[in-house]
Amino acid sequence: MRNPLSDRTVALKPSGIRKFFDVVSEMPDAISLGVGEPDFDTPWHIRDEGIYSLEKGKTFYTSNAGLMELRKEICNYLNRKYELRYEPKSQVLITVGGSEAIDMALRAMINPGDEVIIPQPSYVSYEPCAILANATPVILDLKAENEFRLTAKELEAAITDKTKVVILPFPNNPTGAIMEKEDLEAIAKVIIENDIYVLSDEIYAELTYTSKGHVSIASIPGMLERTILINGFSKAFAMTGWRLGYACGPTEIIAQMTKIHQFAIMCAPTTSQYAAIEALKNGDDDVAQMCESYNQRRRYLLNVFEKMGLPCFEPFGAFYVFPCIKEFGMTSDEFALKFLEEEKVAVVPGTAFGDSGEGFLRISYAYSMDELKEAIGRLERFVAKLREAK
Amino acid sequence: MREKILSIIEKNSRIGINELAVMLGEDELAVANEIAAMEEEGVICGYHTLIDWEKTNIETVSALIEVTVTLQRGQGFDNIAERIYQYPEVNSVYLISGGYDLLVNLEGKSLKEVSSFVSNKLSTLDSVLSTATHFVLKKYKDHGTILGKKRIDEREKFVL
Repeated sequence: MRNPLSDRTVALKPSGIRKFFDVVSEMPDAISLGVGEPDFDTPWHIRDEGIYSLEKGKTFYTSNAGLMELRKEICNYLNRKYELRYEPKSQVLITVGGSEAIDMALRAMINPGDEVIIPQPSYVSYEPCAILANATPVILDLKAENEFRLTAKELEAAITDKTKVVILPFPNNPTGAIMEKEDLEAIAKVIIENDIYVLSDEIYAELTYTSKGHVSIASIPGMLERTILINGFSKAFAMTGWRLGYACGPTEIIAQMTKIHQFAIMCAPTTSQYAAIEALKNGDDDVAQMCESYNQRRRYLLNVFEKMGLPCFEPFGAFYVFPCIKEFGMTSDEFALKFLEEEKVAVVPGTAFGDSGEGFLRISYAYSMDELKEAIGRLERFVAKLREAK
Repeated sequence: MREKILSIIEKNSRIGINELAVMLGEDELAVANEIAAMEEEGVICGYHTLIDWEKTNIETVSALIEVTVTLQRGQGFDNIAERIYQYPEVNSVYLISGGYDLLVNLEGKSLKEVSSFVSNKLSTLDSVLSTATHFVLKKYKDHGTILGKKRIDEREKFVL
């Protein structure tokens, strides 16, 4: 029989921590700091709107780009939060999570051989999506000494004549790094000079713990027309299971993305779209409350790491801290596996997010304070043991 | 800072000052002073424990009593409320807008004890015109906490 498989798909590297998943799944009593989704339930009034829409029989497809009312609310929201101006009719596409938007954007913009710059450590899907879109991924290793921010110099060095798109994954999963206005202005200059586009994944935008809050690169002068902004409801409104995100950008790009979306997906889930309208209209207080809780836990973790003498830069975004474990002379994988075996706590090795994550761990604080304290107590014990053994 | 301290200790009054200060990113002494000041001002009126009595062997009965009163010269709602809230078995007294005047929450050992309080003490007050007693059959949620159910984390252990 002929080989039924696509060579390109087979060649895609599977997620690096598969074996780790397997070990954890055989340890039902293990506790975890490995989860990349909110621990909060979706606020009740949002769930209630979803239920209400079902009761009213809103069970049909929506238009391909999504409910117009939702697109309008998204434009209002982006305007009030980040001073962005998008046209609901032609510049917004509702997608099945931010993930779909990443895929669609790359497929809409890439010609074979175009280079996509992917700063790492970062979320695992950019590279495979770029490859599936026929792009050549160019990995840019972010550095701990820059607090894992992207600098203009690093970006400039990675750009070639073939560069078409740079991915901007901030606030960042797994490092928690953010890009402040000045950082964005510096790279925007390079982007404009080199005539390239930005795919800005701002799914964690609401979870920014500086007084100024998140700044979108699309709000920097000259960048709106060069940016595909990706955001969604998963992290901000604790709606991961609803699978709802969106992309905003220049009309011509959104039109092509909508075309692919129409053929591949049809439309995002209708129930989720109705719930999301409620989230945007009346969800600000919920977001503020969740954000305050995350921030309290973030401060708690940073304080504990400082006491433990575990080096960790202060991350101002998402719900992750990214401590350095190089002093123990183990790889991230080895450390995480040993920690799991000895203390039954699952954390994610930094290398799951790119080679530049070596020597680091991703620790999620999407957990209650009680859970965090238990797990961190075990980490303290484990670290003390390792240091004693040295 | 006050609002943030209150929102945390309203849920968990046992949290240590040190931990509270870390979580809020504030100085420990400043947090301690603020709490002391709020205790002094009566903003913080006490630290209680939320108990699900259903889970104990101790029998308790609680009732909500709607009370309609008549006001007399020189005597306002405050005076009548005071006469009622002095009784130790009275858990709370609220002045209510709408169809009746005071809502009294009563905790007693038995049905008999509650009814005897209503008929012998509450109804006999001169200013009380009428009462309607509602016995609580089951408490689902109290003080913002859902009773009876422990939350289970249903998330996958690893999500990238």
